[in-house]
Amino acid sequence: METKKTSLYQLHQDCNAKFVEFAGYQMPIQYSEGIVEEHKFTRNHSGIFDVSHMGQLFIYGGEDLIKDLEKIFPLNLKNLKLNHSKYSFLMDKDAGIHDDLIITKTKEGFLIILNAACKDNDFKILKELLKEKYKMVLDENRSLIAIQGPKSSEILNNIINGVKDLNFMSGNWFTFENHQIYITRSGYTGEDGFEISIANDYVVKLTRELINKGSKLIGLGARDTLRLEAGLCLYGHDLDNDKTPVEANLKWAISKERISKGDFIGSDIIIKQLNDGVSKIRVGIKPEGRIIAREKTKIFNQSDVHIGEITSGTFGPSVNGPVAMGYVENEFSKKNTKVFLKIRGKKHPASICSLPFYKKSYVKGVI
Amino acid sequence: MSEVKYSKEHEWIKLDGDVVTIGITKHATEMLGDIVFAELPEKGSRVEKDGTAGVVESTKAASDVYTPVSGEVVDINQAIVDDPSKINQDPEDSAWFFKLKIKDSSEMDTLMNKDDYDKFAKETSA
Repeated sequence: METKKTSLYQLHQDCNAKFVEFAGYQMPIQYSEGIVEEHKFTRNHSGIFDVSHMGQLFIYGGEDLIKDLEKIFPLNLKNLKLNHSKYSFLMDKDAGIHDDLIITKTKEGFLIILNAACKDNDFKILKELLKEKYKMVLDENRSLIAIQGPKSSEILNNIINGVKDLNFMSGNWFTFENHQIYITRSGYTGEDGFEISIANDYVVKLTRELINKGSKLIGLGARDTLRLEAGLCLYGHDLDNDKTPVEANLKWAISKERISKGDFIGSDIIIKQLNDGVSKIRVGIKPEGRIIAREKTKIFNQSDVHIGEITSGTFGPSVNGPVAMGYVENEFSKKNTKVFLKIRGKKHPASICSLPFYKKSYVKGVI
Repeated sequence: MSEVKYSKEHEWIKLDGDVVTIGITKHATEMLGDIVFAELPEKGSRVEKDGTAGVVESTKAASDVYTPVSGEVVDINQAIVDDPSKINQDPEDSAWFFKLKIKDSSEMDTLMNKDDYDKFAKETSA
């Protein structure tokens, strides 16, 4: 199968991107300045991410759709305000995670942002679950860009007046060149920022304007180091069908009211795990020194017993040290528990830590 | 002062008496991206031609560092372990990796000279 290109491909090339194939798309992993500089630029200024490979699923419907979606997602969608967003999961009957997603209530129904590698399968699953009662569009005519970092609000507001007044996890329709674009205040970096759904024909123009105002294109490499420092999960690594939201330590994303009622896919397992506890749980892991623990690194306790595995690990440029997350047996999940990571045959000390590794102080820095 | 030679694994090697200095090439650092971790062989240990003698890691992935010749490790560059970003800044000079005392300098005969390496690097990265 031929790899797809996003509408920004030519602009990435013009900005000297190095490309990598990701979920069937040619995506920029980094530009000429490199991952560390791109990461820091996002933390200190503003970075633009092309995430057009992700799925933008529009489902059209009213009250019935809300009821039907509540049978699928562990959310109180009835009470969700118009243009507000929630983080959620598409689960199987055992509460294994098919995908993690952001769902937003719109005037016409819902917009769901899906992971690139999962979107086609998600579409199939949702179509079956909703019994084709509603119009569903996995929109390939729209691009998705994120602008993240402390200067982003000012930069974007210069072009699209009013975005700075959006609250976190809410959105609205705005106008760019007489064209309707949907903007939410959200992101995947631990920074303030926005995600912009815009027709393919307009995305290059908007991106160029953002660059002219001082933002820079940032690759998937820095997107990964940024999200890991922020303690955010990456599907296919930290989340998959063998893990439940409770095991992933994401129970905050499950509506309490919905738990008391049950009746969503996977609710039996979720309720059981919330009552009885889980055998494994996702934690932050901080290796001592500079050693980097990559995905699949085995974790041992102090008695040399295998207790878990790293699911994501890299070097965190803002933390200026290695950062990782993984799953360990529940009894070893307490903060500051000493563990050992087996890397290239040798055991290296590390400790369990709370997430995120990097927390925004929200004090405006000197730029 | 002898000629610098290059390996297909993108190490450079410089002979001075019976001691060689080994590092990774600029081309290698460009392929790797930002280097954030370096592990070197232990001083006093023996390394064998084409065997692993260290590791470098970028934000993206880990890569082994090989030794193009056999010998005893007589010195290591602690500065690049303490600050791996030095490897990106000056890979073919101050950010050398380790020094070996060698017995058989003929092991260097099969290595490439600069022109051949540049050609090789260009072809393999194209």
